[in-house]
Amino acid sequence: MFTLKPIAVCISMLTIAPAAQAQAPQLGQPIAPADITPWDISIGPDGAGLPPGRGTAIEGEAIYVAKCQACHGEKGERPKVALAGALVGGIGTLAPDKTPIKTVGSFWPYATTLFDYVRRAMPFQDTKSLTADEVYAVSAYILHLNGIIGPNDVIDAHSLPEVRMPNRDGFIPFPRNPK
Amino acid sequence: MIRKTHPELVDPAAGNGILSRRVFLEGTLVVGATAAGLSCGSAEPLAVQPWMKVPGTGFAGYGQPSPFESKVVKVFPPPPNPPGVGSSRTPLHMLEGMITPSGLHFERSHSGVPEIDPDQHRLVIHGLVKRPLVFTLEALSRYPMQSRIAFIECGGNSLALNAPQAQPLNVAAIHGLLGCSEWTGVRLSTLLDEAGIEPEARWVIAEGADAAAMSRSIPLTKAMDDALLCLYQNGERVRPSNGYPLRLLLPGFEGNMNVKWLRRLKLTAGPAMTKDETSKYTILLKDEKAWQFVFPIEVKSVITRPSPGLALRDPGFYEISGLAWSGNGSIRQVDVSADGGRSWAPAALQGPILPKAPVRFRTAWQWNGGPAVLQSRATDDTGMVQPTRAQFAAERGFRGVYHYNAIASWRIDEMGEVSNVYA
Repeated sequence: MFTLKPIAVCISMLTIAPAAQAQAPQLGQPIAPADITPWDISIGPDGAGLPPGRGTAIEGEAIYVAKCQACHGEKGERPKVALAGALVGGIGTLAPDKTPIKTVGSFWPYATTLFDYVRRAMPFQDTKSLTADEVYAVSAYILHLNGIIGPNDVIDAHSLPEVRMPNRDGFIPFPRNPK
Repeated sequence: MIRKTHPELVDPAAGNGILSRRVFLEGTLVVGATAAGLSCGSAEPLAVQPWMKVPGTGFAGYGQPSPFESKVVKVFPPPPNPPGVGSSRTPLHMLEGMITPSGLHFERSHSGVPEIDPDQHRLVIHGLVKRPLVFTLEALSRYPMQSRIAFIECGGNSLALNAPQAQPLNVAAIHGLLGCSEWTGVRLSTLLDEAGIEPEARWVIAEGADAAAMSRSIPLTKAMDDALLCLYQNGERVRPSNGYPLRLLLPGFEGNMNVKWLRRLKLTAGPAMTKDETSKYTILLKDEKAWQFVFPIEVKSVITRPSPGLALRDPGFYEISGLAWSGNGSIRQVDVSADGGRSWAPAALQGPILPKAPVRFRTAWQWNGGPAVLQSRATDDTGMVQPTRAQFAAERGFRGVYHYNAIASWRIDEMGEVSNVYA
């Protein structure tokens, strides 16, 4: 008789816990969305998450020369650090049987990715140090070097997602992903 | 190694000396011509070694390999690249079994290895959830945990084999962006359930706490299926180079998506189109199109021994040993050839055979001292067979960089030297 009761308790615990949640300790602390803002640096291809600010290629050139050129090379064409990769050029090199040169201009499908990546990961030695205006401006400069926008075009939260990248339609889904 | 000298027991299974796997399955076998090939003269008289005469060293707080094993290290390129950028590679040719020692697990980082204070580390889950939540490491440590043995392979592993000519590289340099650990942590689905998923959520953007804030978009279906937030690797806390104090494990998916130093998970309706899922880790095909979001590592295998740098000394018996793995399931069969793929025989598979974990395979081989080309071909339990190099190229060409998984070839010459070839 003494052993039956604990067994019965165990069985009932199993049967009332179909989801892990029922037994999970629920130790996440609620946080207000506004308090997440300093961490939320994701930018969607539709521009979701882009901050206020603006910049042009003309303004971005000085920032590029000061903070990007040491690795990426003059005008982004010949990187001085191999892993930095070329930012400019390569248009037409995706064609069959050519050696592809995959740059922002020749390969990247979304201009928003440029803002997202520069803000989160550049300049390499001092990431997350650029202001929103500086990121917009240097993004505009790289887009301009690739012939995608004009030197005085204003790039901001509204215009950046509207930039049509040359290889926007260059991607297709992998046919063998798990369902 | 078992050596007998009964010619009648030679048990060929495929051309150029491949023997039956019964030697592994039954522990009997052997090989006729062994005695002729091995210069096994009488052993020298045995002397008592000096380390048997005096006490050894004391205890150590954290054990290290024998100093005689100092060559078993990861390899990585010298400068000019900045420190910690790029990758270091697992010396697969010097390891056995299926588990990679944590200190030898390959690493790929984009802005070095951050030194993270676990007490200050936080994981935030937000976006399309009912309750945005923050977790401390201490809190995560109190959740029910799960362990599983799983490989992680960089999407760029083996990319050297896209080159038009075979390069003089060894198995670490070609295939060393592969590791396998026992990972332990909290199921991501548990925490997503706690946060409450909004119905329009389809993706989870995962982000690391490194200087590059490396970020990838992950399908919510994978997050809810078998994704694990790992606190432990091979029984101890995850190594810094592998994501300390918290790493996302997506079993079977390309390494880059298994975000290290995990700090943030944002649920969204669509992918973020981050740098590493657009400009990188996409596969340019023969035409101008590129596959995007190539998630699973497809079935693959590689012979780790013999391999370049591990020359054969004399004709005779050798074990061909290697690893086979699939991000889509379990390995069902591995075939081995010593004649460049003209004939094949099934290898013995070392258990346990686990889904999305590497399997050690072994084949007995009688090297006759002549030229040979060793190959392995894996099949997984979805029925997918590792392609030949020609089949691989027919589908996608050699411009894709990532997810190279075709059959690889080692040539053995008459001197016993091993080299990377296309065959």
